[in-house]
Amino acid sequence: MKRLALALALAASLAAWGQSTEIANPDPKVEARLKTIAHELRCLVCQNQTIADSDAPLAVDLRKQVRVMIGDGKSDEEIRGYMVDRYGDFVLYKPPFNAVTAVLWVGPGLLIVGGFAALALMIRRRREAAVAAPPPDAARQREIEALLAADPDGKSRR
Amino acid sequence: MKLKYLVPLAIFAILCVFLAVGLTRDPRQVPSPFIGKPAPAFTLAKLHEPQASFGPEQMRGKVWLLNVWASWCVSCRIEHPVLNDMNRKGIVPIVGLNYKDARADATKWLQQHGDPYQFSVWDIDGKVGIDYGVYGAPETFVIDKQGIIRYKQIGPITPEALEKTILPLLAKLNA
Repeated sequence: MKRLALALALAASLAAWGQSTEIANPDPKVEARLKTIAHELRCLVCQNQTIADSDAPLAVDLRKQVRVMIGDGKSDEEIRGYMVDRYGDFVLYKPPFNAVTAVLWVGPGLLIVGGFAALALMIRRRREAAVAAPPPDAARQREIEALLAADPDGKSRR
Repeated sequence: MKLKYLVPLAIFAILCVFLAVGLTRDPRQVPSPFIGKPAPAFTLAKLHEPQASFGPEQMRGKVWLLNVWASWCVSCRIEHPVLNDMNRKGIVPIVGLNYKDARADATKWLQQHGDPYQFSVWDIDGKVGIDYGVYGAPETFVIDKQGIIRYKQIGPITPEALEKTILPLLAKLNA
């Protein structure tokens, strides 16, 4: 029991050590807006995390900065612009559409459309090939039917 | 024609080229939006003389480096001999931006490792760091006579980066 308590205490202290000195705004509206904005911004220290998720010192600083800007009455657009001015488009998880990102945005759609077009073309060609095959002539047809009637299960061929 | 059977192979080859190029790139090297733009203005107290302040406009007419460093920054230790060497040779004035550091820790660190800076300024809350898009120390900005940022070194200045990129750029800017 004692050991368990000790382990729990240690675990709790570890969590405290990992936490930074971040003071949330008492206004839940500010925190809610911070959350939506921070979820769209990339933390440049740990690049696959948003600044909402990351505990890197830079992410803490940027959250602090976003809180200040919300307090100053800045719009979401202005806050995103502030970050892009400093860290480039890379900071946005949803990059804007421009010459550099065009392939990124349009590429997957083009691939899907192209794939379906190729598939449709292939199906049509096969169907045409099937239609184009010459039907057996009448004599050959009779021969086939006679063979089938003589040996309906195809046993003699095994 | 059997040529159509080569199509998947060709697509695969193109994919391979894209992936191979991707492998050679460093995802930590984020292109800075500041290249070719004026260095953001700031006013900060100097590290060694807290009463005196500095702003980038005071370096007008000079080509200079703004080097972001901190005593807690491990890579800065790797870079520091290069900066000391540059200072000894008098290659370019270097201003230090001491980033999110305690004043006592920072001055002690310079005593231990040498001080290659004309002076350092003290950015305790990292606000100027944010204005310069700093996301890790060390980072170094090359700023020209008109106060325009011409280059940003992300991570330590290696002897190789100095030789290949920074020295030729400095020569061009000073010409």
